[in-house]
Amino acid sequence: MDDILKPATDWELQGMVKQLAARNLSVELVGNGTKRSVGRPVNASMAMTTAGLRGIAMYEPTELVMSARAGTPLSQIEVELAGRGQMLPFEPIDLGPALGSYAGSQTIGAVFACNLSGARRISAGAARDHLLGVKGVNGRAEIFKSGGRVMKNVTGLDVARGLAGSWGTLAAMTEVTFKVLPMPDDTATLVFTGLTDDLAVELLCAAMGSPYEVSGTVHLPQTLAARLLHDDLRMAARSLTAIRLENFPRSIAYRKTRLKERLKVYGPPLELDQESSLKFWGELRRLSVMPYGSQTYLWKISTAPKVAPLLVNTLRRHMDNVETMYDWSGGLIWLEIPASADAGAADIRRALATHGGYATLVRADPAVRHGVDVFQPLNPAVERLSRGLKTVFDPGNVFNPGRMYATM
Amino acid sequence: MDFPLPDQGILARRDLILAGLTAAVGADRIIADEDGRRAYETDALTAYKCMPLAVALPRTTDEVAAVLRYCNANGVKVVARGAGTSLCGGALPAEDSIVVAVSKMNRVLDLDFANRTARVEAGITNLAISAAAAPEGFFYAPDPSSQLACTLAGNLAMNSGGAHCLKYGVTTNNVLGVRMVMMDGEIVDFGGPQLDAEGYDFLALIVGSEGQFGIITEATVRILKASEGARPMMLGFDSAAKAGMCVARIIGAGIIPVAIEFMDRPAIKVCEAYAKAGYPLDVEALLIVEVEGSEEEIAERLAQIAEIARPLNPSSVAVADGEEQAARIWKGRKAAFGAIGRLSDYLCMDGTIPLSALGQVLEDITTICQSHGLKVANIFHAGDGNLHPLIMYDANDREAAHKAELAGAEILKLCVSVGGCLTGEHGVGVEKRDLMHVQFSDTDLGLQMRIKTVFDPQWLLNASKVFPLDVRALAEQPDPNAAHAA
Ligand SMILES: Cc1cc2nc3c(=O)[nH]c(=O)nc-3n(C[C@H](O)[C@H](O)[C@H](O)COP(=O)(O)OP(=O)(O)OC[C@H]3O[C@@H](n4cnc5c(N)ncnc54)[C@H](O)[C@@H]3O)c2cc1C
Ligand SMILES: Cc1cc2nc3c(=O)[nH]c(=O)nc-3n(C[C@H](O)[C@H](O)[C@H](O)COP(=O)(O)OP(=O)(O)OC[C@H]3O[C@@H](n4cnc5c(N)ncnc54)[C@H](O)[C@@H]3O)c2cc1C
Repeated sequence: MDDILKPATDWELQGMVKQLAARNLSVELVGNGTKRSVGRPVNASMAMTTAGLRGIAMYEPTELVMSARAGTPLSQIEVELAGRGQMLPFEPIDLGPALGSYAGSQTIGAVFACNLSGARRISAGAARDHLLGVKGVNGRAEIFKSGGRVMKNVTGLDVARGLAGSWGTLAAMTEVTFKVLPMPDDTATLVFTGLTDDLAVELLCAAMGSPYEVSGTVHLPQTLAARLLHDDLRMAARSLTAIRLENFPRSIAYRKTRLKERLKVYGPPLELDQESSLKFWGELRRLSVMPYGSQTYLWKISTAPKVAPLLVNTLRRHMDNVETMYDWSGGLIWLEIPASADAGAADIRRALATHGGYATLVRADPAVRHGVDVFQPLNPAVERLSRGLKTVFDPGNVFNPGRMYATM
Repeated sequence: MDFPLPDQGILARRDLILAGLTAAVGADRIIADEDGRRAYETDALTAYKCMPLAVALPRTTDEVAAVLRYCNANGVKVVARGAGTSLCGGALPAEDSIVVAVSKMNRVLDLDFANRTARVEAGITNLAISAAAAPEGFFYAPDPSSQLACTLAGNLAMNSGGAHCLKYGVTTNNVLGVRMVMMDGEIVDFGGPQLDAEGYDFLALIVGSEGQFGIITEATVRILKASEGARPMMLGFDSAAKAGMCVARIIGAGIIPVAIEFMDRPAIKVCEAYAKAGYPLDVEALLIVEVEGSEEEIAERLAQIAEIARPLNPSSVAVADGEEQAARIWKGRKAAFGAIGRLSDYLCMDGTIPLSALGQVLEDITTICQSHGLKVANIFHAGDGNLHPLIMYDANDREAAHKAELAGAEILKLCVSVGGCLTGEHGVGVEKRDLMHVQFSDTDLGLQMRIKTVFDPQWLLNASKVFPLDVRALAEQPDPNAAHAA
């Protein structure tokens, strides 16, 4: 894997794909390669990085829209946005630390290719919800575009959004256009302590069912709370159930009061001011409570919120030393388990068959990721359609062969 | 507008097909007589009409599957239908097609307030979902003006939007799962009650696929808790450009209202006569800006917005003086198309433009219509640049109708040329089919058409729509890189 292709333009990328296809070669597509260890190991002839496709192509703050070349570092984009008081609303999660590399190095193309969304996903939507347009090159070496720069667009199929979460297996995106939002004037957090998982999820669902536009709902059992860098919260030495409010200051003051009344039965919460809140949610965004470790593997499970504690209970009956962080008011479970030959896949898939949901193996040894289904196995109809879609974009299997599914 | 020639073999076999459909689902599910079928010969784009072979009104997913299985085996084309409010001819039948209408499948299957989801049959009307959730204070966010009549199935097929989508997103942002019957009768579930299923984002492709992939029979949608209150304010300006600037400044100041709607003078006049909402009549452009929250939150936000507008010298600034006026302000806006329709026939355009081009584009729209001797009224979703010029004409005057179509096409080309698109929420259907070349290259169209083929290999579903007829061969285009074959 010494050859790294580094196209600087769409045309160059197109030429490379043409060459690869002509020689029946395949390529592993990487942004910064920070998530190369996620998914199934790719079995490709060579690698191609989007690092040469860099720069912000368009930014209109009053239209809430930005276009960037796919290889632009996320950090650069966020600095640019912050300069105008704006942000990526979906708060993309940074898997760097959890995967044993450093934070802040991922590219914007990869954020959309992996549909990575953080805590604010519950109120603002996912990465895919903000993707307005894509330019790219498919496996047929065709330069194509879909969508555009305007918020509302139903002209033809929504191919751009369809590429979100495709992990570079359909096409190489060269430019992405996305919706941004103003940063909130103020942020505050209510942190309830000492709740069991069941009660915590109940509380988080109740908070989401209030009219106060809660924009973050996370529960950390005590063992994970003990891993926080945030001193005050770590020192609370109890489980932490946090809800975030983002708005103008007077609104936050009002909504905090109302929420505390509504959630009185769960005990009095700690309150974090803006600075303390930003520290806490920033840390969660980097998944700092689930740091890299060779003795543990990491799963991401998406399920209906109120099912989450049941699901975790079922898993605990079959596995020891399970650590869970609940986000999205329970709808997203980050599950850390001790390393094992099948990464607990059999138990996890069985529990999901009962309770419903999707599990993705995020961190494990390559041999393990090669041997188990890293992504949720597909039902036969969806598998057939997935194969069809792959053939539409990449009939010669040029991009990331085997990345998502062993035979695709 | 050209349509593919009907398949004479199918037309000749009509009796046989009726018998086959009846055998599949029973006579009470099939409308065969002429009067019955007439109700389905057009949608809200009434310029086009066509009688289908028959209409099927299934009551269950299995019945939909039985109908499609029969049609697939016998090469019969199918046009899916909800309530027939499509403004682009999306539900227009073809002569050699049957219509499958899901309007009888309209039950709420499950309301889950803890998980904030509703599972419903797809023929339910948009408003009925919100009505079902209302006792617990929840609602379904996307709110097309046609929400009293249009179905969720149609909303999903068109990725419909509405006035409050500025804050809450359009249909695609509010759906978690669908159950769809494929043309061969297979029933497939996509997504489910959870957020962000991994795997290819089929929901993204299905929502907005205009009845070309399969027939959606059920869906799981997000429901949200309603805010404590909401109130609109009205800002009147002496030019559209100033109203556009005002929108940009509100957003630029970091405020995202729930809705920012725009009306020009001709539209204001008609809507005021209809709704008595208290719209100012002496302005060129009116913005309706709505914010949500508690009494105090609303007051503070509206004051900020008035402050932002002040340097632009608005000719009028008025906050709704209570629930009742607020309701009338929205009634007028939501009934705008109908109110104008009572005065004149119209073509409703639906292009989206970058907000910065608003002033110029509105001027150009007036010029284009004037050059064809036509009047135009503008009512639209200003927050996201989704225009709705209503080109008024006399449908009995063939020449005027033709001119209106020409003007419409010019307007949409203008939208694309400033960086926008042909349609923001109404869809392509038959109306904009031949304009797709303006926005997409053959490569782009080929890619989309090959995706359609994955879902509907024989192109039996709504086949005469969306993709220009002159590029249909692209759906079959083999991989240009010959090496793969080797
Ligand atoms: C062997 C190797 C060594 C490298 N060494 C260095 C180095 O020393 N220093 C350095 O700065 N850089 C290096 N790079 C480049 C580096 O990988 C990128 O610059 C960067 O770090 C991106 O990672 P990421 O987090 O953006 O996502 P990745 O982990 O790269 O991608 C995540 C997923 O998204 C997909 N994806 C990413 N981008 C796109 C896209 N545009 N379109 C479609 N799918 C996409 C990928 O295929 C993958 O499935 C190296 C790359 C390789 C392959
Ligand atoms: C007065 C008026 C105001 C309107 N305002 C708005 C607005 O504010 N915003 C907006 O977005 N639209 C608006 N529309 C357009 C229209 O209401 C929407 O497009 C709506 O979603 C259509 O729903 P329907 O149930 O009437 O679908 P139909 O018109 O019956 O069908 C629409 C499309 O959906 C397909 N379809 C129907 N059922 C299914 C199914 N079960 N499975 C697969 N495909 C199916 C059809 O084949 C067709 O292509 C308005 C229309 C009118 C007449």
